[in-house]
Amino acid sequence: MTGPALELSDVWFSFGELPVLEGVDLRVEPRDYLALLGPNGSGKTTLVKLVLGLLHPSRGSVRVLGAEPEAARGRVGYVPQRVRFDLDFPIRVRDVVRMGRLRRGRMLRPLAAADREAAGRALATVEMEGLAERPIGALSGGQLQRVLIARALAMGPELLLLDEPTASLDERMGHGVWELLAELSKGMTVIVVSHDIGAISRHVRTVACLNRRLYTHPSRELTPEILEATYGCPIDLIAHGHPHRVLRDHGGGGR
Amino acid sequence: MIEALSTPFFQRVLVAGLLASVACGVIGSLVVAKRISSLSGGISHAAFGGVGLGYLLGFDPTLGAALFGILAGVVIGLAYRRVRSGLDTLISVVWAVGMALGILFVALTPGYAPDLTSYLFGSLLLVPWKYVAWIAAVDVLVLAGVTLLFKELQAIAFDEEFAEVVGLPVEALFLGLLALTSLAVVVLMRVVGVILAIALLTLPAATSRQWTRSLPPMMLGATALSAACTLGGLLLSFELSGRASISAPPGPLVVLLAAALFALSSALRRLRGRGA
Repeated sequence: MTGPALELSDVWFSFGELPVLEGVDLRVEPRDYLALLGPNGSGKTTLVKLVLGLLHPSRGSVRVLGAEPEAARGRVGYVPQRVRFDLDFPIRVRDVVRMGRLRRGRMLRPLAAADREAAGRALATVEMEGLAERPIGALSGGQLQRVLIARALAMGPELLLLDEPTASLDERMGHGVWELLAELSKGMTVIVVSHDIGAISRHVRTVACLNRRLYTHPSRELTPEILEATYGCPIDLIAHGHPHRVLRDHGGGGR
Repeated sequence: MIEALSTPFFQRVLVAGLLASVACGVIGSLVVAKRISSLSGGISHAAFGGVGLGYLLGFDPTLGAALFGILAGVVIGLAYRRVRSGLDTLISVVWAVGMALGILFVALTPGYAPDLTSYLFGSLLLVPWKYVAWIAAVDVLVLAGVTLLFKELQAIAFDEEFAEVVGLPVEALFLGLLALTSLAVVVLMRVVGVILAIALLTLPAATSRQWTRSLPPMMLGATALSAACTLGGLLLSFELSGRASISAPPGPLVVLLAAALFALSSALRRLRGRGA
């Protein structure tokens, strides 16, 4: 693919009177590994849903893998927030991962052997093949996170989109997830939406900060100096919960 | 008890009850797993409006119930994916409007007032063979739909958003599930009545859920439990009237048995959980 993996141009979104995103511009190149950071209520999840075509911008355009978001469905591996899952749901790991192989054109017949194998490989990639028969209610938080990543990988995605993949995981588990994502980012575009600044700093290639408006920092090698410069203002502010100062400190130049 | 089992009358009732258990167990499991029992409650009560319309216009009230149930399913189902915040209110409105229409239509029906008891509280004992064939047809539809679309229905029940992301027609699948739910509810209406249908739909499934780890065995277990409760309720009703001259209709007995099994199962689960 030659064009960008994801391109948002002047995207605006509001829930009724409440503005959520204002003039967001974002361009993510193929094989990039982007961290999208922002405090609660900054519009992160809304942005994710716009990319997935689950919401539509009130103004501006979203292009995913060179197509409209709906047309790109099936090519974007999505890993939702783990915490919203009903762990009482009677389903085994294997069947969750196989959901990544479902498509409109594969309805009304059993899943083909090739699809079952693809799901099996995805489970092996996250080193969970031994737990394929487990019901999801018997998994730890970190294990469930890996299963959800495997489900997205089973899609054979060109772009992997993760919403808070380390939320409420302990440090060791969270670290394992970041290592896995760093490995995956060698073969596909990865976008992580998170507030987990410390872990991101070790692995990602690009950082963007969201707080209704978006502040991007161009791709670069990660060196301690650059990390300092990149994380200097917005991350500190996000961490300390003064989101509005992000606007002023960037002087609107982030767009 | 044995004599009762051997009469053609009882056999017909038994076949009707067992056939109803199939739709009940399969659809009930999806309803419980997806946590849409209040939505199904709305559907079953709205279906009563169709019963009334059937009396008023002189067609089969059961057919009216099926039509109203499916209509209510479509209305609630379309709203479910659009206005999550107001869904609770909308379900109550559909629920109440359906019942109100039913009562009104029946009152407007000329001639002597039809007996609504059988629709409100069930009348398994009065089920004609024709209706048994209806139940069998619903079973065939339910089994065909759920077998052909099992992996998709499982996906929308587990994670609708992800099903959307892989490109499945989530809305159509969900409306299809609700249509099958409406048919299952109408079948149960004859067994335990409008008011108790939702209990029989969900209780055996919830009990089965406690002992199974995936949907197919949960459906089998729910079907078996539902059949056992139906059979138990019928026998109990026969015994009570035969030995103690207590005229207890089977419908409420079926539901009470299902509730007792659920309570027992929950207690056992708790004990086991403590032991582990």
